[in-house]
Amino acid sequence: MTDLTQSNLTQKQVRERIEARLASRHRKEKIFRGFGIASIAFGVLAVLVLFTDIISKGSSAFVQTDIQLQVTYDPAALGIETVDEESLAWANFDAVIRNALRERFPEVTGRRDKRELYSLVSNGAGFELRERLQENPQLLGKTETLWFNADDDVDTYVKSLSKSKEGFLGRTSEQKAQWILALRESGELEKRFNTTFFTNGDSREPEQAGIRAALVGSLFTLLVTLVLSFPIGVAAAIYLEEFAPKNRWTDLIEVNINNLAAVPSIVFGLLGLAIFINFFELPRSAPLVGGLVLTLMTLPTIIISSRASLKSVPPSIREAAMGMGASRMQVVLHHVLPLAMPGMLTGAIIGMAQALGETAPLLMIGMVAFIVDVPHGITDPSTVLPVQIFLWADSPERAFVERTSAAIMVLLAVLITMNTCAVWLRKKLERRW
Amino acid sequence: MSTMTLNAGEAVPAQKEATQPVAEQTEVKSRAANPNSQVDGTVGSPFCDDAKLRMRNVNVFYGESQAIHDVSLDIGRNQVVAMIGPSGCGKSTFLRCLNRMNDTIEGCRVEGELSLDGEAIYGPKVDVVPLRARVGMVFQKPNPFPKSIYDNVAYGPKIHGIASRRAELDEIVENSLRRAGLWNEVKDRLDKPGTGLSGGQQQRLCIARAIAVSPEVILMDEPCSALDPIATARIEELIDELRENYTIAIVTHSMQQAARVSQRTAYFHLGKLVEVNDTETVFTNPEHDLTEAYITGRFG
Ligand SMILES: Nc1ncnc2c1ncn2[C@@H]1O[C@H](COP(=O)(O)OP(=O)(O)OP(=O)(O)O)[C@@H](O)[C@H]1O
Ligand SMILES: [Mg+2]
Repeated sequence: MTDLTQSNLTQKQVRERIEARLASRHRKEKIFRGFGIASIAFGVLAVLVLFTDIISKGSSAFVQTDIQLQVTYDPAALGIETVDEESLAWANFDAVIRNALRERFPEVTGRRDKRELYSLVSNGAGFELRERLQENPQLLGKTETLWFNADDDVDTYVKSLSKSKEGFLGRTSEQKAQWILALRESGELEKRFNTTFFTNGDSREPEQAGIRAALVGSLFTLLVTLVLSFPIGVAAAIYLEEFAPKNRWTDLIEVNINNLAAVPSIVFGLLGLAIFINFFELPRSAPLVGGLVLTLMTLPTIIISSRASLKSVPPSIREAAMGMGASRMQVVLHHVLPLAMPGMLTGAIIGMAQALGETAPLLMIGMVAFIVDVPHGITDPSTVLPVQIFLWADSPERAFVERTSAAIMVLLAVLITMNTCAVWLRKKLERRW
Repeated sequence: MSTMTLNAGEAVPAQKEATQPVAEQTEVKSRAANPNSQVDGTVGSPFCDDAKLRMRNVNVFYGESQAIHDVSLDIGRNQVVAMIGPSGCGKSTFLRCLNRMNDTIEGCRVEGELSLDGEAIYGPKVDVVPLRARVGMVFQKPNPFPKSIYDNVAYGPKIHGIASRRAELDEIVENSLRRAGLWNEVKDRLDKPGTGLSGGQQQRLCIARAIAVSPEVILMDEPCSALDPIATARIEELIDELRENYTIAIVTHSMQQAARVSQRTAYFHLGKLVEVNDTETVFTNPEHDLTEAYITGRFG
């Protein structure tokens, strides 16, 4: 022991040196922690600002001003005698609406004023009436009271009334404002839950525009992406990690996969356009092509994360199984995959979330087209949520501003749901060893 | 120099030999230096008549570097052969050749003739799956599957299709656990994870798992290195019992263990098989200087 103390420091000296550094060590640790807390605070703040901004702008889109009218299915006004396919196609339902409005405001005369009056109600009201009559043919000649969507200008004005006393008139004339206030007074004008937003596709008229088509399109696209990219990605990862020999070729493949993950997504869009649409002549604007393109984009993410989770499975488990005489396939299926699954699923869902929010490559393959109908399959033309948001954000109508934010809220809700699923799945599948 | 003094002082604090090892070591080195060529031929009796495993001129390479040099050895039927030697001398590597676990290591190459009951282990048509069912392995670190105790033991019989009925499987599991001396401790919690057992219990579980497929040979790579003396004693007892039905090759760092459980002992040095003899001979009257130096604790 004396050897040590002679050739080195005395214990006292050592302790003194340690203590001298202690203060600076603690200080550094504090700074480091403070830094971490600051970054988290900044992140939380940014998320809060984003959410409050979007919610404050978008929440009003979930209600819609409706107007109550007493409509008469007058055969004369409709210009039909019986209810059948052909006559319904020709029938003039707008006239019925106009009649109803004139009855409500009999004092309005003059072409100009009348036109102003008619514009209180959305020009989609006629379609609603047609559907109703088609379903209930016995209504012909009868009268009933129905709620119709108000025009977007009316909606904007009514909503602005809750913010300031005069409200925002915009394109609404003083006279129209009087009518609106009168209707509101008598309870014939109300803000009601905006079902249209969830049941309709896109429209040029904000009050008739909904996210249904984009949401369904997004789900179809994601479905295609998931069905293709998860099995392919996992299979590729398993092969590379468990079976492939480590040689120059697999190194090359690995480098390429890592590079692919960094390729800007629009390039995948161009690739999809060139290959899937121009060469294979798949339909334009279809979720099938969108899904294929997004598969190309998410595959590297899934492969990389799957490989990482395969790598994290302790090699002792592989050895144990192999030592028992399990074939490689059995080792993977019985032992490695169950342990790696939670990580793989997390990676896949992160990839899916990325795909859900992707816009650029889908613009290239025509999913930016103006599509009104809700798609019924993966080959129907459709659009997706982020592209819908992009389209609405570009529209001049004031009522689209709130709808843009509302669509963002829906997109975020889908994302949060997906992430919650990921967390839940992981909790459920995770096993300790 | 100061650190060396410290080491020696700590290692043999009571003995007055603190200065002696230096001289001893140089002596060993000089002895090892000139007869090093002698290592080419293994001394003692590496061969036996009723060989279960027969290895001739085995060379193992990891990429460019050679880990096993020209080893020839027989392991007799129902015999326990202990493999001892300093760390890194290739005991594990050699053991892993016997059930082709080296196949799983990238860049590992095995040369020479190895046969189990006269059938080549590295033959071109050999399927490793049945081979590993015949030659089971227990690893240095207990490595139960992250599954229930029952599933751990039942895994081998399941993948090899040994049990045709559930009752039969239950019986195999119970028997294996009994023989591994674990049954009484776990019979009430067979559905609990095997990873939740203590280290010694885990190792016995791994042994139960290995014997569940009734292998002919069991390879054990330092099975007791993580265990306390009581668990070690249990496993040594078990090895003694198992000897009736199995052929066992065991790697160990404990001379006492080798002396207690084995009939023959093989001493490895730097990838070469230096000496094989009856255990008693090796520990009482070693033929080779290197063996003597090792078992008397002068290096290693
Ligand atoms: N996977 C591997 N790749 C390359 N070299 C290896 C590998 N495994 C072992 N070696 C080398 O082969 C030699 C023998 O190793 P081995 O593990 O067989 O030694 P050992 O006798 O079992 O040692 P220990 O008693 O410490 O377990 C060592 O020099 C080691 O560095
Ligand atoms: Mg070893």
